[in-house]
Formats: sequence, C-alpha cells, structure tokens
Amino acid sequence: MERIEAIKTIVESLKIELVICNIGFPSRELYQVKDSSTNFYMLGSMGMASSIGLGLAMAQKRKVVVFDGDGSVLMNLGSLVTIYNQKPENLILVVLDNECYGSTGSQCTYASTVDLSKVADAVGFQEKFFFSDDIDFQPVLNAEGPVFVHVKVKPGNADVPVIPMKPDEIKERFIKEVQEK
Amino acid sequence: MESSQAVYEALKEVGINFIVSLPCVNLGKVMELVECDPEIIHVPVTREEEGFGICAGAYLGGKKPAILMQNSGLGNSVNVLASLYELYHLPILMVMSHRGTEGEFMNAQVPMGKATPRVLEALEIPYYNPKTPEDAFEVIKNAWNQAQSNGTPVGILLDISYW
Ligand SMILES: Cc1ncc(C[n+]2csc(CCOP(=O)(O)OP(=O)(O)O)c2C)c(N)n1
Ligand SMILES: [Mg+2]
Repeated sequence: MERIEAIKTIVESLKIELVICNIGFPSRELYQVKDSSTNFYMLGSMGMASSIGLGLAMAQKRKVVVFDGDGSVLMNLGSLVTIYNQKPENLILVVLDNECYGSTGSQCTYASTVDLSKVADAVGFQEKFFFSDDIDFQPVLNAEGPVFVHVKVKPGNADVPVIPMKPDEIKERFIKEVQEK
Repeated sequence: MESSQAVYEALKEVGINFIVSLPCVNLGKVMELVECDPEIIHVPVTREEEGFGICAGAYLGGKKPAILMQNSGLGNSVNVLASLYELYHLPILMVMSHRGTEGEFMNAQVPMGKATPRVLEALEIPYYNPKTPEDAFEVIKNAWNQAQSNGTPVGILLDISYW
C-alpha cells in the first residue's frame, strides 16, 4: 500500500471529522484525493502536525484526525508525551510510516530500526492500531482517544501537483468550517 | 500591582483562555495563577516549538492563545514562527522572561539573551519591553489586540529587573 492509498481509504470513512495534514506530499496527495473545508494543509513547520492536532482537539469538540509522517514524528517525539498526558478523547494520530523522508527523496529515517508502535506503547497510549495491508478505520473512529494509528506504507509519492490554495485561504476556509458549525 | 499578578491580570482582561508553558524561574508565579484558573486551559509542553504548534491548533479551534516561556525557547521555535505563524498569519501572545539582561547572575544566559531582540526582529515579530507592572498590564492588553488584528505573534520581553 502506498501512502496515497492509505490516505484515500481513511478519508473515505470520514464524515465531519477535522483533518490536519503533514507538510509535503501527504498534503498534496490528500488535496488530490479529496479536497474539503475540513482539511488543514501544512505547507511548513515540519513536525508540528500532531501538536496542531492536539491544540485543535482541546479547543473544540469535533473529532480531529492528524496525518503525520515517521520523519516528522521523530522530529517532535515529545509531542507523544504531551498528547498522552492531556488525553484528548477526540484526537486520532495517524502515522503514515514509509520509513523514510518521502517528500525529500525517500532518504531513510530511523523508523526502520525503531518501531514507532513500541514508542507509543512505552509512552502509555491505550488505544493503538497497526495496519500494513488493509485499513479498517471504523474501529479507530469508534475508539476513545487519544488513538495512535501506525500505518506502514511503501515509500514513494504520487504524481500530484502542488496545492493551488494560498495559506490564508487554507486557514480561513478551515476556521469557517470549525467555528461556524 | 505585583509583577506576576500584573501579567496574569492582563491575560485575563483580554480573554486569553489557552496557555502553553515551559518554566523559567521568573515565570513560576504566573504559571501557578494560570494553572489554578478554571477558565484557562493550561498545557505544559516538552519544548516551546511544540507549544507554538499546539497554540496554532487551539486558535484554529476558536481559542485565544498565549505562551509563557524563557527567551531561550524563542531559539527552539524559529522555524514554527516563520513557516506556520508568519505563513498563515496566526496570532499568539508570547510572554517571555528575558534572561541575560541587566542583573543576570548566570553568564550562560547572556548569549541567547543578547540574540533575543535580533531574532525577533529577523522574524519581524513586534515586541515590547515593559519595565513596571503597571506598564506591563497596559502593554500586554494592547499586544493581544495587535496580534489578533494583524494576524501575527507579538512578544513581551520581561527583563530580570522587571520581576
Ligand atoms: C525543519 C525542516 N527540516 C527539513 C525539512 C524538509 N522536509 C520537508 S518534508 C520532509 C520529509 C518528512 O518526512 P515524513 O514526516 O516521514 O513524511 P513523508 O514525506 O515521508 O510522508 C523533509 C525532511 C523541512 N521542511 N523542515
Ligand atoms: Mg516518511
């Protein structure tokens, strides 16, 4: 399964959930698969996806799904500790783990030798899911957060264009979606 | 007005209701006041950069965010301030204990203390340097309004002599 397939399968099971999507190809692939006012696309700040997701989950009631990457999680490992301690019931952290920095040319990350599921275990996450071939996301949506979802995907980026929206447009559309519903 | 109380009262006055923090010895009392306030969500963080990420999400969710940190934390947060806050025009109030200023007893604090104003300038983040609690109370109130209307972080540098 490539990253874009994983993203596609997961977003097909989403309805009103809010999505924070990691910088680079993950956001471009999500935009291509299904653009929506419930999506916030990151264009910078590598590592911050899970943190933005945590703040959003704590600020309002709707469910928040974060699409993060192995390299980005490794850049901000402390975030797992903070999420565990704050215990947001409405937060689902999906780590799309291709064992590499996919967006910059698939250089290896240490996720090939360090199992991120075990890291989540050690931190204390109660709700954990692991997928590598198929994804059944419904049980994830039914679980009480914080939920850690580890998805092993093959390296590689889909041939998708850059997101044509400006940062302010992404933000304003998203805020409207969050705050007016 | 007492120095920590002035900071806290100003945050309350403008309706700050989401605060992340990483301690500095000088911020201890403000952090206690914040922690005890049921109207404020307080999130201790493991690194200031992470705190900025959390506050950005909280703002998208409708909160008025602030960070309490030592000026060293600015160094830990340069990229998130540029490639998240400046890029998307997000507001946040940055209350910083400014170590390495006049009266500092630890030489180790001096290099980052000296760099701090210039790092803020490089990031084009407006900042203020109130000297007294009365001054801080007014400045912090106006700073949040500036942050919100211009979509920018605004810094408050509280020197050693402030406390
Ligand atoms: C602070 C910082 N360092 C490096 C980069 C360059 N960069 C952009 S995306 C990326 C890879 C992210 O890897 P991962 O989180 O595993 O996501 P993937 O692309 O593999 O899905 C890198 C290194 C950056 N944007 N910011
Ligand atoms: Mg990766």
